[in-house]
Amino acid sequence: MSSVASDPEVVLSVRDLRTQFLTRDGAVRAVDGLSFDVKRGETLCIVGESGCGKSVTALSIMRLIPESAGRTISGSVQLEGTELTSLSERQMRAIRGNRISMIFQEPMTSLNPVLTVGAQIAESLRIHQQLHRRAAWARAVEMLAMVHIADPARRAAEHPRQLSGGMRQRVMIAIALACNPQVLIADEPTTALDVTIQAQILNLMLELKERLGTAIVLITHDLGVVAETAQRAIVMYAGRKVEEAPVAELFRNPLHPYTRGLINSIPRRTAAGRRTNIRGRLQEIAGMVPSLREEIVGCAFAPRCGYALERCKRERPGLDSHGPAHLAACWEAARLPGAAR
Amino acid sequence: MAAVLTTRVPASSRSLDWIRRNPTIVIGSAILGLFVAVALLAPWIAGDPLSFDPLNRLKRPSSEFWFGTDQFGRDVFSRVVHGTRISLIVGVSVAVVATAIGLIAGVLCGYYRRIDDIVMRVMDGLMAIPAILLAIALITLMKASLLIVIIAISIPEIPRVVRLVRSVVLSVRGLPYIEAAVASGTRSRLIMIRHILPSTVAPLIVQSTYVCASAILIEAGLSFLGAGTPPEIPSWGNVISLGRAFFQISPWIIFFPGLMLAIAVLAINLVGDGLRDSLDPRIARRM
Repeated sequence: MSSVASDPEVVLSVRDLRTQFLTRDGAVRAVDGLSFDVKRGETLCIVGESGCGKSVTALSIMRLIPESAGRTISGSVQLEGTELTSLSERQMRAIRGNRISMIFQEPMTSLNPVLTVGAQIAESLRIHQQLHRRAAWARAVEMLAMVHIADPARRAAEHPRQLSGGMRQRVMIAIALACNPQVLIADEPTTALDVTIQAQILNLMLELKERLGTAIVLITHDLGVVAETAQRAIVMYAGRKVEEAPVAELFRNPLHPYTRGLINSIPRRTAAGRRTNIRGRLQEIAGMVPSLREEIVGCAFAPRCGYALERCKRERPGLDSHGPAHLAACWEAARLPGAAR
Repeated sequence: MAAVLTTRVPASSRSLDWIRRNPTIVIGSAILGLFVAVALLAPWIAGDPLSFDPLNRLKRPSSEFWFGTDQFGRDVFSRVVHGTRISLIVGVSVAVVATAIGLIAGVLCGYYRRIDDIVMRVMDGLMAIPAILLAIALITLMKASLLIVIIAISIPEIPRVVRLVRSVVLSVRGLPYIEAAVASGTRSRLIMIRHILPSTVAPLIVQSTYVCASAILIEAGLSFLGAGTPPEIPSWGNVISLGRAFFQISPWIIFFPGLMLAIAVLAINLVGDGLRDSLDPRIARRM
């Protein structure tokens, strides 16, 4: 593992990240020992159901979880060799928005309604690149042009309420990329948008990634998004990584029963054009995401897993290698009957 | 498309429309404007409020003495006109001081939870004591002067402002755009000034008019009790206080300053209510 961290191609390296919240009912392990690497210019997807710790992972990396008595974060987060977890708040501020930035799910409320969008893009430039007002404004207009907003000079002087949801998300992307960061964390950037706009925003992100060489960590619950955008994907369940593989490999040969469940629950077109799968009915993953309040003994997915054995309920499976760059945490992965379909 | 949708309305009919929709602001500001003019022009409108005239003591209102004279023969009209100055100075100063301190404390409280615990307990303590009693206590500690009166009235007004600002900050702080600002590396001070402060302006303006009105009332009350502005300064409260002994034989001494006090406070409250209705329609409907 240590050899991977020193790889010059790795821009973001997360090791054994644990985020806990102490509540009255016990400790909630929102993220429980997560490790992954992001390579330069790569798109990495983090997939999972609601409540599996995806967003908390992003906020933990950015150190945006408010300090409170019950919160503990441990592990290591390295951005190009800089250990983010040990920086002072002041040093961290100089990195946020500059070398690592983030866009959020809600473009409607992530922009300040009382400031013009130009001013909000310029703000980041003035903070991190010490640009003066005029220069920052000119650069903000350039950024708007770069995210394909028509008539950028006029749009820059408008307020967020004058823009559509898709345009606001473009503005958010412009803000995030204004200082040319090494890593962009996008937390469900398209969930709040309608389908045609989703595709436009994803294409825009990919285009800018190519142009600027920014690595993207894309958090999503939508496997369709994963298939279209990412090189590698991490499947999370109950705060842990259960499978990691290159995207093509993940869809062709999903090893963890949870990943199979996710893939089987995508609606597909058959040759006849009907939306259906083999059984004619869309499959679901039975049961619920486990409560993270109690200590989970054995495999967290075992209660919902059709293949679970006695061992799965007693011992937690480790991440084992199953072929090149393919990791899965399942006792039965090697013995499961073939690929999902 | 845009050309079709934006039909130009003549400026005159738009301002008429505004007046029709906000009658309280217009009426209140007109009366208030009159008071401000009187206060500014006091030396030219009325004579010396302090000069004694033993021959014209306790005279009824007449063409010579519009509001009559008091027991020393001083012109009540002149005293009331000069008292307008004192009342407006006190009202505006207290509103400015209390709003400024309350704003700073409120934003810090809403933003930093540690400061919040300490400051809000102090504010709770201040709020538990009636404003007039607290002001009397503060004034007796120091030598009476206009400045001391302003400070003494401001302190009991601060907690209301702090609570208001803090509640606005708490509601804004959780919004995603604040988190987004933090995520782009903005310093806390800049977040407070650029992203949080603008949201507090509207409720703050409304609150400061109420503070102003209540400050004028408290000042009059303090002067009436003899604990406020020094008696040589002709404030409305002082005039009423001195006229109290002669209430039954010459009621005009307290009637006119009392009337002015009531009208001034009413005007300020009208402006405040009107601003509240037009700045935040949601609150207006709820109230």
